[in-house]
Amino acid sequence: MALLSRWFGPRIPAEELRRSGWRYALPTLTLSLARILLLCSLFLPYWHMQLQAPQYPNGLEISAYVNYLEGDVSEIDGLNHYIGMRPLDEAAEFERTTAVWLIIAMVLLVEGAAAVHSKWAVLLVLPAVLFPIGFLADLQFWLWSHGQHLDPKAPLSSSVKPFVPPALGIGTIGQFKTIASVGLGWWLAAAASILTIAALFLHRRAYKPLFDRTLGRAAGPDALDSISASAVEAA
Amino acid sequence: MRPNKARLTGVLALALAAGVTFGLPALTAAGQPEAKKETTRGSRKDKKKEKEVKPVELTTGQVAEVQKLLNERKLTPDDLFAAAKTYMPSGRHDDYLLFASGGHSGQVFVIGVPSMRLLRSIAVFTPEPWQGYGYGIGDEILKQGDFGDKPLKWGDTHHPGLSETAGDYDGRFLFIGDKANARLAVIDLQDFETKQIVRNPLIISDHGCAFVTPDTDYVFEGGQYATPLGLGYAEMKDYKEQFRGMVTAWKFDKDKGRIDQAQSFGLELPPYWQDLFDSGKLLSDGFVFGNSINTELSTGKVDEKAANFEASTTTRDMDYLHIIDWKKAEQVFKAGKAKKIKDFAVITLDTAIAEGILHFAPEPKSPHGVDVTPDGRYIVVAGKLDPHVTVYSIDRIKKAIAEKKYSSTDPYGVPILDFDAVKEAQVELGLGPLHTQFDDKGFAYTSLFLDSAVARWSLGGSAAPKTGEKPWSLLSKTPVQYNVGHIVAAEGDTVSPDGHYLIAMNKWSVDRFFPTGPLLPQNFQLVDIDVKGDQPMPVLYDSPIGVGEPHYAQMIKADKLKPFEVYPEIGWNPHTGAIDPKAPKAGEEKIVRDGKNVEIFTTVVRSHFTPEHVELEQGDHVVWHFTNVETSQDATHGFCIGGYDINLSLEPGEYGRIEFTVDKPGTFPFYCTEFCSALHLEMAGYMRVKPTDSISQK
Repeated sequence: MALLSRWFGPRIPAEELRRSGWRYALPTLTLSLARILLLCSLFLPYWHMQLQAPQYPNGLEISAYVNYLEGDVSEIDGLNHYIGMRPLDEAAEFERTTAVWLIIAMVLLVEGAAAVHSKWAVLLVLPAVLFPIGFLADLQFWLWSHGQHLDPKAPLSSSVKPFVPPALGIGTIGQFKTIASVGLGWWLAAAASILTIAALFLHRRAYKPLFDRTLGRAAGPDALDSISASAVEAA
Repeated sequence: MRPNKARLTGVLALALAAGVTFGLPALTAAGQPEAKKETTRGSRKDKKKEKEVKPVELTTGQVAEVQKLLNERKLTPDDLFAAAKTYMPSGRHDDYLLFASGGHSGQVFVIGVPSMRLLRSIAVFTPEPWQGYGYGIGDEILKQGDFGDKPLKWGDTHHPGLSETAGDYDGRFLFIGDKANARLAVIDLQDFETKQIVRNPLIISDHGCAFVTPDTDYVFEGGQYATPLGLGYAEMKDYKEQFRGMVTAWKFDKDKGRIDQAQSFGLELPPYWQDLFDSGKLLSDGFVFGNSINTELSTGKVDEKAANFEASTTTRDMDYLHIIDWKKAEQVFKAGKAKKIKDFAVITLDTAIAEGILHFAPEPKSPHGVDVTPDGRYIVVAGKLDPHVTVYSIDRIKKAIAEKKYSSTDPYGVPILDFDAVKEAQVELGLGPLHTQFDDKGFAYTSLFLDSAVARWSLGGSAAPKTGEKPWSLLSKTPVQYNVGHIVAAEGDTVSPDGHYLIAMNKWSVDRFFPTGPLLPQNFQLVDIDVKGDQPMPVLYDSPIGVGEPHYAQMIKADKLKPFEVYPEIGWNPHTGAIDPKAPKAGEEKIVRDGKNVEIFTTVVRSHFTPEHVELEQGDHVVWHFTNVETSQDATHGFCIGGYDINLSLEPGEYGRIEFTVDKPGTFPFYCTEFCSALHLEMAGYMRVKPTDSISQK
């Protein structure tokens, strides 16, 4: 029982809540906002790539959501087969099939973190904090993998050598100029990440004193009263 | 009590958690494959922004440069203005589309205005290999127009008719008649392809086709050379009794985009060689008007003494304007009072007279065009052999009909309205007036064939205040080169003409272009009608038409059309307007043999056919299905087999089907006929046909 409370941290006494509710509500609300943003990001594109070439006056475009690709996929695949690149749908298959569950799991973990009033809350929010960076790293890995493993027998193998398309910014391949940028979904995930970090500070501000006084120092029954008293003074 | 904030937060968190848990299945379901949309299929046009063009100010240096160019090229300032009014920089689209008939080429041409660039042809009655029409695909459409078991391989397209809503072009369909064989075709303007051909079984020539009613309920086809109805044999001496004219009301099903033959009917007419027709609109809605050119009932040079048609059809001073109350005719047809001839419903002449469907009004001899003014109030008949246009008013016509102001009846009993009672005005324009168009300022334009000119004249009545000119008067004439037939102004035969551009469709070009042997192109001349009343209207551009001999054309504002950029779905059958259940899918290509019947399912994409090898046996009956699985605009492929007279055009997303018997054994490469990609030449395969006697042939 003692171990459990060390993990989950102390519950907030009613009197304490009445006096300084906002102090405890803030981290919870910030984490909720982060969760909402992360959930919303599921429906928005994380990444865009635009391809420009003379014979495509309107350009070609693909957008990556966490779980699928949208846009001129078949046209780009059709073009890629000339240089021996594997179809786009063969990239990040595992990631795309699990992404929705993964994000939901992250949301639940963040939700859980709000209920953990100890430093272990950090562990729970870590996946959500690192997710935007992880997404880009994984994307760059697949771009590298696709660009490096071209079929050497492809029709244009003599003019297009293996290459690494940049996950962000401008690249060139054949007559195409590629322009890659992150999408609104990624920005939401990034905002969720930053909000979560902010929430961690608010969390520490709210719960560390509580934790230290109730559990950290194995304080006696009057300890809470003294906390309340100091809170009243502060107010 | 103060609200407990933490509890509130807890409730919010719980609600979120619940939302997450219950929302899960929906989320994953929504996010997965179904959502793989192809934005290519949406309209990319939205993204295309017109480049901002800043107001131009020529520097003195540029002015000098222009002057130098003009002098070097021997051009006048007027030429410079004409060029500036018509030149389209690369990538800029024309304001109007001209749909011109192709005459005996049996096609329709689509031309951009004001640049006069030919955008494409549309194969209608004539097989056309570039569109793959009649060389595998489209055969079934052409077959609809066969004369019994006799295939017809050409047509004589004359008068295109754009579909209308409330008397204005709606940009959905185009109809076109075939004068030589009395046929009517329906073209869908989503993909500019012919969808249907109908043939009137009772007549063999038409001229007054196609003229649509203001809401495209009916498409009128006025017959031309009289024959016995049903095309039986008859002696010329029995002309008066045995021969008949006809106008046909083809019912158009707007939802299906097809003519409904069961709801269509003909109206028997005296054998007067009916000529052009036009539908009434607004004030004259419910009527259709037609001209006639042989009220003499001449049978031509039947013997040495008789005069030929040329001389004998032009002896009377007056022919008859046909005034047909089609709404009344429709009621009579729906009441079951039509007679069936060769299974085609016909309202007989007697019924038409008895029911008050048909009236005549005298018109100066052998006129040509009959054109209804935008408000529907006036009917303008161009004299051809008479230097006037004769204007009738619908109010006067209705009044004369109501009061039975007849001058006489014709030999068949059709009441002839009193000329003076129905005539509003006559305007002398010049020699050989043929066709009339209108603008939005109350002016009318009439082609003068013999004068080789286009006349501008003022309408009277309600249009008179708009023109600011004396009503019913000739204002100016613009010479054109040469022998102008039809003219067409922007939406110039609708209820709301746009008042821009007029094209003189000249029959002769003589010296206008480099002489391409003895057969010369026609000359379409773009005329600027955006000038004040009596000012000369300058000719802006000459456009040679060396691919056919157009008659009439209609000009529609380009933004009224919403064509497909690519077919909406992969495997789209253009003739059913849906994905074809037989359309081959990528990854499911196959060859299925059932005895001597072989079915082949081929996908087509840059730069290969799948399968590439097809092994057949002599005598096999082959049904070959194709899907062009491309999604990119302009990624069209062809498919041809040498020696087998097969060539298809498969546009992005299109499904096509060919059926043939492999009677010739041997080795036949097939290839893509439309240059599609850098590996276009490699886009090929082999069809090998094993001889039945197993002796390979060389």
